[in-house]
Amino acid sequence: MDAILLQILNGLDKGGAYALIALGLTLVFGTLGVVNFAHGALFMIGAFCAVTLQKLLTLSTKVKDESITFFDAYKEVPILSAKFPVVGPIIVDLAVPLAILVAIPVMWIIGLVMERGLIRHFYKRAHADQILVTFGLAIIAQEVVRHYFGANPIPQLAPAVVSGSANVGSWFGLGDNVVYPWWRLIYLAFAGIIIASVFAFLQFTTFGMVVRAGMQDREMVGMLGINIQKRFATVFGIATVCAGLAGVMYTPILPPDYHMGMDFLVLSFVVVVVGGMGSLGGAVLAGFLLGILQSFASMNEVKSIIPGIDQIIIYLVAVVVLLVRPRGLMGRKGVMED
Amino acid sequence: MTRPTAMGDWILFICFSVVVLAMPFWLAPFGADYPDLMQKFAIFGIFAIGFNLLFGLTGYLSFGHAVFLGVGSYAAVWSFKLLTMNIVPAMIFGIIVSGVFAFLIGFISLRRSGIYFSILTLAFAQMSYNLAYSVLTPITNGETGLQLTLQDARSLDAMAGIEVTRSLPSTTLFGIKTSGLPGFYICAVVLIIAFFIAMRITRSPFGTMLRAIKSNQTRMSYTGFNTRPYLLWAFVISGMYAGLAGSLMAVTDPLAGAERMQWTASGEVVLMTILGGAGTLIGPFIGAVFIKYFENIFSSFNEQILHRFFDALPDGLENVLVSVTSLFVGEGWHLTLGLMFMIVVIFLPGGIMEGVRRIGKLFSRKPEKVVAKAVEASGAQS
Repeated sequence: MDAILLQILNGLDKGGAYALIALGLTLVFGTLGVVNFAHGALFMIGAFCAVTLQKLLTLSTKVKDESITFFDAYKEVPILSAKFPVVGPIIVDLAVPLAILVAIPVMWIIGLVMERGLIRHFYKRAHADQILVTFGLAIIAQEVVRHYFGANPIPQLAPAVVSGSANVGSWFGLGDNVVYPWWRLIYLAFAGIIIASVFAFLQFTTFGMVVRAGMQDREMVGMLGINIQKRFATVFGIATVCAGLAGVMYTPILPPDYHMGMDFLVLSFVVVVVGGMGSLGGAVLAGFLLGILQSFASMNEVKSIIPGIDQIIIYLVAVVVLLVRPRGLMGRKGVMED
Repeated sequence: MTRPTAMGDWILFICFSVVVLAMPFWLAPFGADYPDLMQKFAIFGIFAIGFNLLFGLTGYLSFGHAVFLGVGSYAAVWSFKLLTMNIVPAMIFGIIVSGVFAFLIGFISLRRSGIYFSILTLAFAQMSYNLAYSVLTPITNGETGLQLTLQDARSLDAMAGIEVTRSLPSTTLFGIKTSGLPGFYICAVVLIIAFFIAMRITRSPFGTMLRAIKSNQTRMSYTGFNTRPYLLWAFVISGMYAGLAGSLMAVTDPLAGAERMQWTASGEVVLMTILGGAGTLIGPFIGAVFIKYFENIFSSFNEQILHRFFDALPDGLENVLVSVTSLFVGEGWHLTLGLMFMIVVIFLPGGIMEGVRRIGKLFSRKPEKVVAKAVEASGAQS
């Protein structure tokens, strides 16, 4: 029982990342009809927003080390901590949460520029062309990041307050065996909040209503005199921010490196397909579902029965779903069908 | 440009053969006349030509074609290990095994089309890649890659009485060593044969059928054709081409690793085909040569060479230029690749071949109408 709960939790936080990326992907599919292979790169850029902010905050100066008295010793201290002895260390400690505030405008701008500058010209082109051009863009983003940050993963620390583990087991009355890092729980909650707010935005605002109408029938909405293109740019921005924030928050869990985007992209695509193209609920559901499945498949008990299943489970599920239910779990008729 | 004739095809084929076989001569001024690189040209040429048979003719974009490349390599190395160091069985095994793989993957993937097909092939590719790294280690030797050892059985060689020497045996074609220049000529001959077969396929009724599927599959179905067997055959043939290319990689350098199956490798062959011109006969080969050549040039640059290159300029300008260009060369070669990818897709969807045709159109003296007709005809043909 303990093991099962632990695996579910493990799966949920990975699933949270899948769901956030897949949500953006499917939003872009459903509204703009564009297959965005650069979406994983956006996730990666988000993660590197956190890295950049952390680097900026910990820019160091040399300060005389007072604890060593018999010769002049110097130690590196972040400028912030040196100038503001009280607030400085706290700010440095909170680098990752603060990066969210930075990432939102940065990702928003990247999204708008990308949509207006590139994606807009590919609405009418074949899907193959869209895949190829965004694939090229993803390579570029990846290489630029590698050039400036190097090829090695850069570990990020969660704030000290939440660096420990929560005794999840005792919450459910299962004894003390199930402990789980706080940060992962926070990630899960964060993913839930973002997903909920995107859904709320689409469901309860006029803007969201127009977007949903546009997903149903773009032409008709256009005929009603609504400039749907303009709104789609905003939708693209939202998708970009979602991916970016998923990246920022994921940094303490997985040290970001330049190809993390590609790794997640392939999986997120599979998630979108399993959930159903253009179905928001499907993407979220499939994201969590596949995350949990994957974490169960990586249990030793399962691996001893079917070796290697943890490596392929997601793809296997995707193949089966595509063959049995071509529209995915919650796909609607008429979306992205040929 | 008129309709393709048998005569025109033969001329094209002969020109192609001459150009390929004469590579060691005309590549010398470009500094690309060493065997390793030319082997790569030929091998990736085969890979791209095979990929084009699927993507160029039917429009089905497979994002997992590198699997067959990897499978071909593994099959060839196993043939070296178990049977003989002769390359002919290795190539045959490479083709057969990758053909079987292509049949299985194609059988399932072709049930869907469009973006779904791309993702299915991608999923299969990732599966194979992950498996090759983990569970299948006894077959693939995991991260180390499959290599020859002194203890290998080589049963046919043993029967023929070839002694195992102290050093590792090298691959041979009935006694001729296949490294260096002879290796290139073997690859070149295989490439020419592969090109010939691809040309015959493209011009055959089967090829016409594939192009008809590309232009309108629904209409094909309505006229009573079951399109799936045709697609499956196209997929298998192009998988076999990839397997052949993979086994040639093992022939020129007898080891195989899972990284050949990674999906970036699949992306590379897509780029080669697009860059050269999808659906054209020689386009994919040109794309492959182009990319491998520039990969070689760009990735060999480093800051010192750049400093020497911009030496004549004033210091400040030199440093700025070097820091900008160093982004694109050396390890940053992929950045150039990505940029090229985007530029080609945005501005020149038909690839280099379309560029050539456009330039040709500028210089031709034919009156506009004739040219327009010719373009139409060639559009219908490609």
